[in-house]
Formats: sequence, structure tokens, C-alpha cells
Amino acid sequence: MGAAPDSSDPLGSATRRPLLDADALARTVDRMAHQILEKTAGAHNTVLIGIPTRGATLARRLAARMRAFEGVDVPVGILDTTLYRDDLRLRAVRALEETTEPPGGITDRLVVLVDDVLYSGRTVRAALDALRELGRPRAVQLAVLVDRGHRELPIRADFVGKNIPTAPEEQVRVLLAEVDGENAVVIISGGPS
Amino acid sequence: MKHLLSAADLDREAATLVLDTAAQMDAALAGREVKKLPTLRGRTVVNLFYEDSTRTRISFELAAKRLSADVITFSAKGSSVSKGESLKDTALTLEAMGADAVVVRHSMSGAPHRLAQWVRGSVVNAGDGTHEHPTQALLDAFTMRARLGRLEGLRVTIVGDVLHSRVARSNVLLLSTLGAEVTVVAPPTLLPVGVDAWPVEVSFDLDQSLPKADVVMMLRVQRERMSASYFPSPREYSRRYGLDATRMAMLAEHAIVMHPGPMNRGMEIAAEVADSVRSTIVEQVSNGLSVRMAVLYLLLGGAEVAA
Amino acid sequence: MTPGWLLRGVRLYGEAPVDLLIKDGVIAEVGSGLRAHGADVFDVGGLVALPGLVDLHTHLREPGREDAETVTSGSRAAALGGFTAVHAMANTDPVADTAGVVEQVWRLGRETGLVDVAPVGAVTVGLGGSQLAELGAMADSAARVRMFSDDGHCVSDPALMRRALEYVKAFGGVIAQHAEEHRLTEGAQMNEGVHSARLGLTGWPAAAEEAIIARDVLLAEHVGSRLHVCHVSTAGSVELLRWAKGRGVDVTAEVTPHHLLLTDELAATYDPVYKVNPPLRTACDVEALRAGLADGTIDAVATDHAPHAVEDKECEWGAARPGMLGLQQALSIVQLTMVDTGRLDWRGVADRMSARPARIGGTVRDGHGGDLVAGAPANLLLLDPAVTSVVDPAELASRSRNTPYAGRELPGRVVATFLRGVPTVLDGKAQA
Repeated sequence: MGAAPDSSDPLGSATRRPLLDADALARTVDRMAHQILEKTAGAHNTVLIGIPTRGATLARRLAARMRAFEGVDVPVGILDTTLYRDDLRLRAVRALEETTEPPGGITDRLVVLVDDVLYSGRTVRAALDALRELGRPRAVQLAVLVDRGHRELPIRADFVGKNIPTAPEEQVRVLLAEVDGENAVVIISGGPS
Repeated sequence: MKHLLSAADLDREAATLVLDTAAQMDAALAGREVKKLPTLRGRTVVNLFYEDSTRTRISFELAAKRLSADVITFSAKGSSVSKGESLKDTALTLEAMGADAVVVRHSMSGAPHRLAQWVRGSVVNAGDGTHEHPTQALLDAFTMRARLGRLEGLRVTIVGDVLHSRVARSNVLLLSTLGAEVTVVAPPTLLPVGVDAWPVEVSFDLDQSLPKADVVMMLRVQRERMSASYFPSPREYSRRYGLDATRMAMLAEHAIVMHPGPMNRGMEIAAEVADSVRSTIVEQVSNGLSVRMAVLYLLLGGAEVAA
Repeated sequence: MTPGWLLRGVRLYGEAPVDLLIKDGVIAEVGSGLRAHGADVFDVGGLVALPGLVDLHTHLREPGREDAETVTSGSRAAALGGFTAVHAMANTDPVADTAGVVEQVWRLGRETGLVDVAPVGAVTVGLGGSQLAELGAMADSAARVRMFSDDGHCVSDPALMRRALEYVKAFGGVIAQHAEEHRLTEGAQMNEGVHSARLGLTGWPAAAEEAIIARDVLLAEHVGSRLHVCHVSTAGSVELLRWAKGRGVDVTAEVTPHHLLLTDELAATYDPVYKVNPPLRTACDVEALRAGLADGTIDAVATDHAPHAVEDKECEWGAARPGMLGLQQALSIVQLTMVDTGRLDWRGVADRMSARPARIGGTVRDGHGGDLVAGAPANLLLLDPAVTSVVDPAELASRSRNTPYAGRELPGRVVATFLRGVPTVLDGKAQA
């Protein structure tokens, strides 16, 4: 019955090309925090919903930075989208991750979905479906650390940390200390996808 | 994994994954008005029940429906399975209908194993004869973990008709895989010859094993066993092996009392025990739903696995 | 009459090569450099010759279940297995409990002509266990029945068993008991032990067999009768038989090939091809059975060849009928378990699969079970012990497919079988 292993594994024979180092990554997160504060008028009635695994970590970091900058406490939730995916049958069964509703729920609030990498858009589509089951937000916006292109659905991010043009056979990995023991964004090519 | 036929099919990692997935299923549906996930849309789950078991059948039906699978139920009464059609012919019919999973309950041990040889889809054992009932063991383990926080090192005492109990067999296998220490308590007539090869302690004395137990699991004992001389009378059985208020008082403060249902109140379990705060009997039912959703998801929620 | 057969370089009982001339139904000459005298010369360098095998325990299913086996298809399987005589068990439909039925089976055997079919008569009417069948009438019939058995059922009533043992003395008969204390085996599906406990299948305790054997050897001793025990399957049974023989009780016993090889852990597949009665036992039992056969405590290997239609095996274990095919692989299994392990030489095999069963069942009178010497009836088989082959159920001569050996590589191949000088198998192919 085993599920697919987490893909945060060591990279084997693949070549790894750094895109952002730890400092650059931190600056990018700071900038995104500022942008969200600005566009949401001080994050009033706003919640951050992270998509596991690294989207959830990023959401917590963003909330921490927003608290540091403006003293606001933005509720953070976690939303596993696995059960809503439309591509489950293409891969071995995936382990589910945590889902936690933000304190106060999402109804009538502005939801900012947070993920690490925006690629085909299918995760975000699944997240929109999953979100609907949690309540009816006033609006939903999307924040991603990296937009690597190659969309398969009409989905666009409202906040982008960095646009990185990639080839489809490459992989973009966001490494976060809480999960991976280091902070960086790298491109992997030649390894197992 | 392709099928769930026996609790022995699950190693520690796989068993833990089922329990974790069940917990996530719970979380995913907690507080929802609409308890439905799109996960198994377009998949067909067939419930093939050769034996009446309303509670297990409904639990599997609901689990599949909550995951948006199409569900067909063949019950023993009123379908071709009661008209002498062989298991194999039924299997071929299900195959032709494109069943992705067959959940089978059967009075004969090993029937799900046979079925698994004849269908392409996944087979889930929902109780076969006196052999196994792996999803019951999973929901029991889930309940223990939820109540007591762990399974490793947990002392579980299983009491009653172990000889004829599929619940006992699956629990012994699963709990020992997960690191619990299992004791089976029964009159010697209701323990199988060969029980000494099980990873359990065997005791004939309930009173002795109660004080150290974290979990007491009472098995259903059918009164008919009396006529085959397994015990002299229901009264003597319940006096020696029934869990009543006096015995419950011997339990540690945190200990819980489980029963797979349906209960024989007054036989293996007294009403005041069944209805006490230690009793997890109602939770077991709702946990059954989460665990069965998890099993169906893990069997059907990914790319097809070769047998 | 054919001009006969000259077998050149044949190894009688696996010993030094000689020539053997078959003429007019008998072994005409044994020696070196024999002249053919117009006989067909068959250069068999290296093949082992054994006396034609005799099976004390075959289910031919006719009359009644011709979809599973017929006298003809079963005879073919027997000849291919090296048998020249088989005892057809009585649990047919109708039951072979009258002279009419046993004569019918006997005639069908004669008409097929591949092996001598010796019908076994039922001990009790309809195998019901309550009233003696007309044993004398069956003995006096054209089938000349000497072995009686309710096989499939135990003659449970001790008084009735005693009477049966006594009664058949009048015509030199023997009661072959299916030893099973049925009150201990109600609903039983497999050997009771570690595996039944785990598989949730109702156990068939060894004691249920041993209790009846103990009772019956005491009865046989008391009334001075001859007893034969069918398909002995447990170490305890072997002990009891050793004890009884030591006391001088006139008891003989058989073991099946499958009990010499297979064990109860095969039930874990829930594939009813491994369901049999008595059930497969433990490795300790297998060891005791091999030892018992080697030291002669167990007299004979008997197949308990039990063909079953597909629907009786392609089902749940609990719904399946017990029994396995055995005739075609019997000698291979004995080679594997007894000869290749050094426990029996080929003379020993001839003794346990031909001479002793012929004496027990009475087919000695038809020329079975004799030595391979000049003047003896030419009932013999030629075996190539050096080749191995993988068992393919589809290639078996039986009408049924329930062999427990499917896919197994087994040693030995019966190249030819002769019944009274006529080849029933040549080059591994049945001649009818």
C-alpha cells in the first residue's frame, strides 16, 4: 500500500544549479511579505493558506515577517490538496499531509494561497476545489516563491518571488531549513524526475 | 500494495501509513457540511457481501461514497450470489463490469484470497470466515492510538472466543507489527491449537491480566458455542470471562474497553461497562469509516499496481 | 499374439543391465545376449525395469461422476504412471455395495484393458455406516472382491467394524479402514496445528486418525482378523502401527505420495488443490511416514487418486471437495522422496508399490506383484530415472486437473508399461 517517497531526497547523480542562496531567498520572502501587506491594506481580514509541504512552511515564514514589519497577526492554515488532484492515477499513491483550518475559518476573508513553485497549475486548481469545502472566501489570491512557467491551466499568481524560465525536463527545488536543513532555490537537471 | 487480504500484508510502515492517512481523512472532513471528496471519482467499488453484516457493509459503502467512487452492493439476499452462482462466476461478472475494487465479506476463510486470483481489481477483505478482518484491526489500532497516543509498548488484552474470531487474528497480527504487547485470554476450548506460535501471551485468567492492561478488547461470544461444549453455560462463561463493573474497577485509570460489535450485553460485557466512559465502542464505528476511506484511497488513489 | 518384445540392456530393479524377452504374456527369458526370435527389439539401455505397480486406492468416479473421471481415463492415467492394477474405491454413485455395481466397474476395466481394475466393495450399505453390505456376494461375483472399504467415510461404529473384520475372514477378505473419528473432524478443513490456527480453517487433529487406528488394531487382534489402514498421515499413526505389528497384529497400511512430500503450510494459498482427506500434515509427520515406509511399518504406497471436476476445486477452500490426482506422478514422488534420498532402493520400491499391495489386495492371483524372473507374467514398467519434467496439468490423462504438483519439476519418467506382455504405454504414450 506504500505511498510515493517525499521528493526532497538527496539528488543523486543530477546536477544542481543554484538560483537563490539563503540571503536572496530571505530577501525574496521579505519582499513578498511587503507586497501582500501593501495589496491587502495591511492584511486586514486576510489569512494565509499554505499548500504542504513547503508552501505551509513559506506561509508561516510570511506570517512571521508580516508580524515583524507591521505587527499584524495573520492567521495561517494548511491545506493538503492531494485528495482533490485530477492526476492521481498518473503516479503511485501519495501520502496525505496535514490540513489545518486557520483560526476563524476562511469565510468572507481574503485567502492568500501560498506554494513554493508554480508550474502546471494543477495543484492550485486542486487547492481551489479543496478551499471551497472549507468555506466561501471573499476572494482568493495566489503567492508563489518561484514561477517556472509551463502552465497547463489558466492560472496566474498575484505575488511572485521570482520568475525563473526553465526547461520542462528540469526541476526547481525550493529548500527550506525547517524541512530540508538549508535555505536555497536550485535547478536540478539530469536526475530522476 | 494491490490488495488488503490479511493484516499480515501490512508491515509497520504500511500500517502506520494507513493510520496516518485515516487521521488526515478525518481532518480533511472535520466540520464540513458536505462530507465528500472528489478523490475516487470514476472508480467503481463493489461490495460483495455473502454474509449479512450491516455495520461493515454500510461503513465501506459510506467510505467509498465519501471519496466519490461509484458503489455497487451485492448482498447475500436477493442477488445471484444467493442463487448458487459460484464465487468464480461472480468474480468474472464483476470483472466484466470493470470493478476497480471488490470489498468482500464471506463466511469461508480464504474466500478473498481466491477472489484476488480471479479479478484484476483490488480486493479488500471485509471479514472471511474465522480467518481475518483487517480493516477492523486497523480501526481498532486507530482508536487505541487516538485514545492513548501510541501503540508501541501498549498492553492489549483480547478476551473471548479467539478460536472463531477473525477480529482477534487480525488484531494479533497488526498489533504485534505495530509494537504492542498482546495477551489473549479465553477458556482453553476457545483458543486454537497452535496458538503458542502466535506473537502473544496466553492466559486463562482474566482477573490476572486486567490490572496491567492498557486496552481490553472483548470479543463477541455466541451462545450457540455452548451446545458444542466450548463452555458449560452462558452464566459460567460470563462469570469467568465477562467484563462487568467489578472487573472494570480492576483496570488502570487510563485503560479503555473495546468491542468490535455487535455486543452480547450480559454475556461478554455488562451494560454498565459498554456504556461507560472507558468504552470506545461508538468511536470504533466512526473510526471505521476513516480507516476504510484510507484503505480505499491507498489502494485506488494512485496509478494501478500490478498484482 | 504379437511376436513379443526383446528389451536389451534393461536394468532390473536398477541393477546391472541384462536382456529380457517378453513372449506370450510372460517373461520368457532373462539373460545376456538373448536372441530376438522374431520379437520386436527395444534397445532400452539404462532404463530401470520394475514389476507393474499396484494401487490399492484409486477413485475412478465411474459410475456417477464421469465428468471427473471414467474407468477409461483413470486406467490411462494409471498405465502412464506404471501401474498394471488398480483398486477402484467404492464411493461411486451408485455406491459399489452390490455385486452388480462391482461387476460393472470390473467389466469397464476389462474393456479398457490398460490395467486390471479390481473393484473395492463398500463395507456398509450406501457407505451409511449402519448395515453391512452383502460382502459375500461381492466376493463371489465376477469381480472377486477381496478388499472392502467405506473410504471417504470411517466405519465408525466399533461393533460394526468388529463384525466386518470377522465376516470377511470367510473368503480371505480385508477391511481397509478410512481412519477418522468424525466427531473430532466436524467441519475440518486442514491439519490442526500452527497453520490452521493462523488461517482460520477448522482443524483435523492427528488424534482423530490415531484414535481409530488404535481401536481397530485392538479389534483386529481380538478377533484375529486382517486390517488394512488407508492413507496413514501422522507420525502417531506410524508409531501405533509399529506397536501393533510388534505385537503380531495382522495389520497393513498405506501412505499416499502426497503425504510423503507435501505439508500443511500449502493451505496458506487457500488453493483447494491442496485440500485432501486426511489433510496434508507437518514436516515431522512427513519424516515419520518416510521412515515408516522405509522400515516396512507402512507396507505400501497407494495414490488415493481423487479426480474432481473443475467446479469442485475452483471455489472457496471450504466449499471444495477434498482429494488430489496421484496416479501419474506417484512413482516420481516416491523416487524423489524415497529413492533419491537413499531410503529405498528400486527393489524396495517394487516391494512397496507392487509386491505388498498385490498381496494385500489379492491381485497376486492375477499375476501382479511378482518378481521379474523368467516364467513370471510380464507385468512390468520401464522407467528412466535420470530425466526430470515439469508437471503440466493440461497434459495429464485424467479428466480432471487437480494435481498438487503443477509446475513442479519431478524426477523419473515411465517410458513403457506392459500388462501381461502387451504394451499399455510405449514411449511415454498410452496405447489405448
